[in-house]
Amino acid sequence: MSSMQTPLHKVEGMGSSHSGTSHFWHERLTAIALIPLTLWFGYVMLGLAGTNEVACISYLAHWWNALLMFAFVFITLWHIRLGLQVIIDDYVHTAGGKIALLLLVRFLVLATGSAAGFALLQISRL
Amino acid sequence: MAAPPSTSGPQKPDIASRPLSPHLTVYHWAPTMIVSITHRVTGVGLSVGMLALALWLVAISNGPSGYLAFYSYALTPVGLLVMFGFAWALAFHFLQGIRHLAWDLGYGFAKETARLTALLVIGLSFLIAAAVCALIWTGHGGYLS
Repeated sequence: MSSMQTPLHKVEGMGSSHSGTSHFWHERLTAIALIPLTLWFGYVMLGLAGTNEVACISYLAHWWNALLMFAFVFITLWHIRLGLQVIIDDYVHTAGGKIALLLLVRFLVLATGSAAGFALLQISRL
Repeated sequence: MAAPPSTSGPQKPDIASRPLSPHLTVYHWAPTMIVSITHRVTGVGLSVGMLALALWLVAISNGPSGYLAFYSYALTPVGLLVMFGFAWALAFHFLQGIRHLAWDLGYGFAKETARLTALLVIGLSFLIAAAVCALIWTGHGGYLS
């Protein structure tokens, strides 16, 4: 029996979700990137535990530390968006509720990332 | 009692009396199942943790008054417990994430291996969280000042 798929549809390989394996792949990419970044984050959190704001500012004001912190926050938020999407896809079965929650997650992630990025810029000027 | 069948329009399936596929409650609890569920729960918890991290950065950027306001909450017993929770959740999600990546490469699917690595993830996550607390408690934290 000949396939009902068009040659273009076959070569794109996107399946019924129309996004192919990009969600799966980005979840893994961010996970791998977060292995060294999380180790660094743990080192920083332990290193700043019990210190004061002067120590926090002077550490985060260095541009490479700020850049690493921004990378940690940015990639973690990306990973969070993908992860929460899976949970919403699994447990929310009404189309309206699903779209509303997915939008909420995206807006929250954007707001959190913007706030953290702006704060890091502010800290570098303190 | 079932409603009499409608004579007009297509028949709607009787959703309430459909057999359901077995769900979480029917299974015998196993380490593999516990870490799978906990991976999701810690993922959601750490999403809240990211909000706290962003709040911490904003508090620092607001100068000493903002920082002190944040720490007046963070250093309460509840705040310390929440921070311990975040530390444990991060350790757990990190370790279980590596277990997932190993699966993606095709390793660790054997029943006994999966059970062993699940127990390892549980044990190591608490060990790391306890070690972090012990290091801070004994004054080994704060080396970046």
